[in-house]
Amino acid sequence: MGKTLAEKILSLKSGSDARAGDIVIAQVDLAFAQDTTGPLTIRQFQSANFKGLANPRKTALFFDHAAPSPNRELANDHRLMRQFAKENHCLIYDIGSGVCHQLVAESLARPGDVIVGADSHTVTAGALGAFATGMGSSDVAVVFALGKTWFRVPESIKISISGNFGPGVMAKDLVLNLIGSIGADGATYKALEFGGEGLKSLKVPDRLTVANMAVEAGAKVGLFPADRVAKEYLSRQKRSEDFRPLAADIDASYERTVNINLTALEPTVAQPHQVENIALARELKGTKIQQVFIGTCTNGRLEDIAAAARILKGKRRYPRTRLIIAPASAQVLLDAIGAGYIQTLVEAGAIIMPPGCAACLGLHQGVLAGGEACLSTANRNFKGRMGSPQAFIYLGSPATAAATAITGEITDPREVI
Amino acid sequence: MLKGRAFKFGDNISTDHIIPGRFAYLRSNLPELAKHVMEDADPDFVCKVNKGDFIVGGGNFGLGSSREHAPLVIKMAGVSAILAKSVARIFFRNAINLGLPVLICDTDGIDDGDELEVDLAGGTVYDKTSGAKLIFSRLPKVMLDILDEGGLVPYIQKYGDFKL
Repeated sequence: MGKTLAEKILSLKSGSDARAGDIVIAQVDLAFAQDTTGPLTIRQFQSANFKGLANPRKTALFFDHAAPSPNRELANDHRLMRQFAKENHCLIYDIGSGVCHQLVAESLARPGDVIVGADSHTVTAGALGAFATGMGSSDVAVVFALGKTWFRVPESIKISISGNFGPGVMAKDLVLNLIGSIGADGATYKALEFGGEGLKSLKVPDRLTVANMAVEAGAKVGLFPADRVAKEYLSRQKRSEDFRPLAADIDASYERTVNINLTALEPTVAQPHQVENIALARELKGTKIQQVFIGTCTNGRLEDIAAAARILKGKRRYPRTRLIIAPASAQVLLDAIGAGYIQTLVEAGAIIMPPGCAACLGLHQGVLAGGEACLSTANRNFKGRMGSPQAFIYLGSPATAAATAITGEITDPREVI
Repeated sequence: MLKGRAFKFGDNISTDHIIPGRFAYLRSNLPELAKHVMEDADPDFVCKVNKGDFIVGGGNFGLGSSREHAPLVIKMAGVSAILAKSVARIFFRNAINLGLPVLICDTDGIDDGDELEVDLAGGTVYDKTSGAKLIFSRLPKVMLDILDEGGLVPYIQKYGDFKL
């Protein structure tokens, strides 16, 4: 019988005939931590008395969650990470570089790689056909030292995509509908594998948004095949040599198949305090929003900023609604400046944050007060996530976010385009 | 045999309930960080919990972030094991890596405050208050071995590598 993408990659990297349910030890192509998990990773590494890194050039530290450092405690954590990088000669992406997952996609992830990161949204790189998954600091510290880790080979759920997005509908609406349909634990311990004729209309930025949120359904990985779309992306990133075609076998065995027709989707919003708690944007009309946040590893890419700029061009944000925008990387910021989007957005009343995670996790750059509501393009709306546990977080696409910034209440973007 | 009182929580207790991102600045000051354990689910939890007690969740316990600080502050509070109907995978692995047992069983019949006895080797939970006896799922061997050594760091220090 044929293999799923997950079985194929783990077979290759473990040197065994890996099948769903097996436990394997796999070689790791990239291991990383960021500035809120990195310090514990380093301390676990040190407490184990490891002598050095297995592969310094396959080990990376990112400064994105609290960048630049907002207080002395996190400044000390940054110092610890810079010192570790210097002593161990690993890759370092300091403040201003961008969100780890965007940088991994732009510069590091290759189809067929096994990638582990001390961040749950490491799954993002599944968009390029990498078996990429989040782990904790102890696991990543051991990978830093040994260059390998153990996995239970996941069963796979096939997500079969058909159709095309209608106007105002984006990849975020697809993934919110998927999570709403299978639930926040619908794929726990499993792989989501995307296929179907509709895949060709999902470009790599769209796929990154979808793979990024696989973990919000509990999935270990969200895998796309490495096809012509992935090849074109890597070529644009001047990484043609990193491409290799990769697809599941036709006779691979899936636990089940979920069909999604892109043509039937409408702008969708996740309501507080669970991602699975979805509604149509038009059903939430009248919900007042004090802050709109566009950015993150989910929706901080050039295409997302372009979608917001198109809607906000020549308009102003609602006076009592703050508009915060954080490009996901320095490359995104430069490209957005070059395309004129940043000028458009600032003219519309936006505040531009440095490349990084910004307001996503309540550390800085847009912390919410009690009773406030935020429409965010991020991936989580858990209670307390963005500051006060008495705040309310709604998740939507960049188009829905931009439309909401204009009216000050949750707005279906089709009303303003 | 582990003995203690049950602290019952509902479904979908996230890592932000357990230790939210706004306390990230305390992650290199663990005693201070631990004072906020479970704060957004039960602000009084840290005052009420005693050494040996259990956290009893519903479905999808520990969803969200990869922050290992979540099981770490639970362990620091003296909790001897987490019982839940299902557990998010990163949290699950992190807890075992810190030597904190996570037991998958049907927790519907356990009420807040019930006195529990857990037999880790035998795979059973005895609810002394209700008289019910529950069986929990066995962990894969690699996780049992890590748990036996008290966590991943001592496991790797002892064996130098993973052993399947």
